[in-house]
Amino acid sequence: MVFLDLLISTLTQGFIYALLSYGVFITYKILDFPDLTVDGSFPLGAAITAVLLVNGMDPYLVLLISAAVGALAGLATGFIHVRLGVRDLLAGIITMTALFSVNLQIAGSNLAVERAIDTIFTAKPVMVILGPMSLMMRKFIVTLVLALLVKLLLDLYLKTKSGLLLRAVGDNSTLVTTLAKDKGTMKILGLVIANGLVALCGSVVCQEQRAFASTMGTGQVVFGLATVIIGTTLFRRFSFVKGTTAVLVGSVFYKICIQVAISLGLPANLLKLVMAVLFLAVLILGEKKKGGAKYA
Amino acid sequence: MLELKNITKIYNPGQITEMCLFDKFNLTVTDGQFVSIVGSNGSGKTSMLNIICGSIPIEGGEVLVGGKDIAKMKDYQRYRSIGRVYQNPSMGTCPNLTMLENMSLADNKGKSFGLSFGVNKARENYYKEQLSILGLGLENKMDVKLGALSGGQRQAAALIMSTLTPIEFLILDEHTAALDPKTAEIIMDLTGKVVKEKKLTAMMVTHNLRYAVEYGNRLIMMDKGGIVLDKEEEDKKKMMVEDILEVFTSISIECGN
Repeated sequence: MVFLDLLISTLTQGFIYALLSYGVFITYKILDFPDLTVDGSFPLGAAITAVLLVNGMDPYLVLLISAAVGALAGLATGFIHVRLGVRDLLAGIITMTALFSVNLQIAGSNLAVERAIDTIFTAKPVMVILGPMSLMMRKFIVTLVLALLVKLLLDLYLKTKSGLLLRAVGDNSTLVTTLAKDKGTMKILGLVIANGLVALCGSVVCQEQRAFASTMGTGQVVFGLATVIIGTTLFRRFSFVKGTTAVLVGSVFYKICIQVAISLGLPANLLKLVMAVLFLAVLILGEKKKGGAKYA
Repeated sequence: MLELKNITKIYNPGQITEMCLFDKFNLTVTDGQFVSIVGSNGSGKTSMLNIICGSIPIEGGEVLVGGKDIAKMKDYQRYRSIGRVYQNPSMGTCPNLTMLENMSLADNKGKSFGLSFGVNKARENYYKEQLSILGLGLENKMDVKLGALSGGQRQAAALIMSTLTPIEFLILDEHTAALDPKTAEIIMDLTGKVVKEKKLTAMMVTHNLRYAVEYGNRLIMMDKGGIVLDKEEEDKKKMMVEDILEVFTSISIECGN
């Protein structure tokens, strides 16, 4: 049973972080924009969530508000890059750095959400449907539903005219200009959606852990990029698999890898090092398939 | 009517590499004209197109469309009435989108890109019809990603896409230069037809003197940011490739090329 428990909680982690992966999928894969805002917008979602939950707000409403505030972080990066002409990487770093202080202002360096406070896993609507189940199973099902629901919405959006134009911006921005559309506005829109999703992920993580820590954003970009690259590399040969499905699987796969490493006795302090090495391995393997290193 | 008035264009202003390309450059293109533009490298052909489209800034002068100065307008705003096909076939299409998605994007030019479905299946037959004019079999590749097609096929799709919605001006920037002779013929033939059918005002930069002579009702030769030859209608019809070549060579000798 210990194994089964471990599997369920690992899958749950995979589903939660898939929300972040969707966000990185939009910026990195669709827009071709390496967005470092993520390391700041992820804890931003968590900080907002912790403070609002402590103040007694409905946990589901908190999810939406966190996503909306995260979207503003994306707007900031987009504005700095597109309208002020700062390079993509630097624009993200600027917002990320600023957000670290913002998060400290919102929630301090640490903030715990007490047991008595309801989260999306313990509030009434969930209890009515999933009441008899254990907390672990409830978390599993709620996060699964959330991951699938967001995936579905994102898939639908990418099929709309606006979604098609967003994909075109990353694919060939010159064409978007000749279609009489401002590619900059579309880039900003992509960053807004992506960071909204990332903050949503931060919110769910905070509700699941019942805690906010100012340092929880560190390495989230790397995680997101790794899952996107793992997912899209795994399904490269299967063109019928949607990108969102691929990164969902990538996220779960990644969390399983980390869990296996921990189970084998990896000290927690080495976790980020292992993440970095794993990311490097994925990048190299991905490039190998394309025909070797590019920068010689 | 398109007018370029007193255009000044300086590359790298204030630097050692400063180069003044246009100094009070003037050109008027009347509605319905199909202008072929020839000239050596660096003569300012592509720069002129870029100035019309707003792709590069100018230091002075006016770009008038129907008497209205558009020099302050952003590039994407100007493209509402302009269609453009580039030399590089990959510039005119999205490689990771299918033919149907590419056509749908082009079909929606000038309208809002909102939350309605991006691909309208009801329009698919119309797209197929348009593509079948080419005779390249592209109408059977609606679900193929454009990146999987050859340069010629992509350029053909780009030409169809750029003229799918009503526009006034068609800008062709050496759009046959990267194609094999046979495909280039097909694309040029189609270009001529489209310009005539849709009554477009077209400007075509080309290094192929035969195309410059055969197509269009006006021919311009540029050199060092100026117009050295400008023939219209009957005068142009009398022009032969040899005549142009002669002017070309005399310029080159002056430059010491």
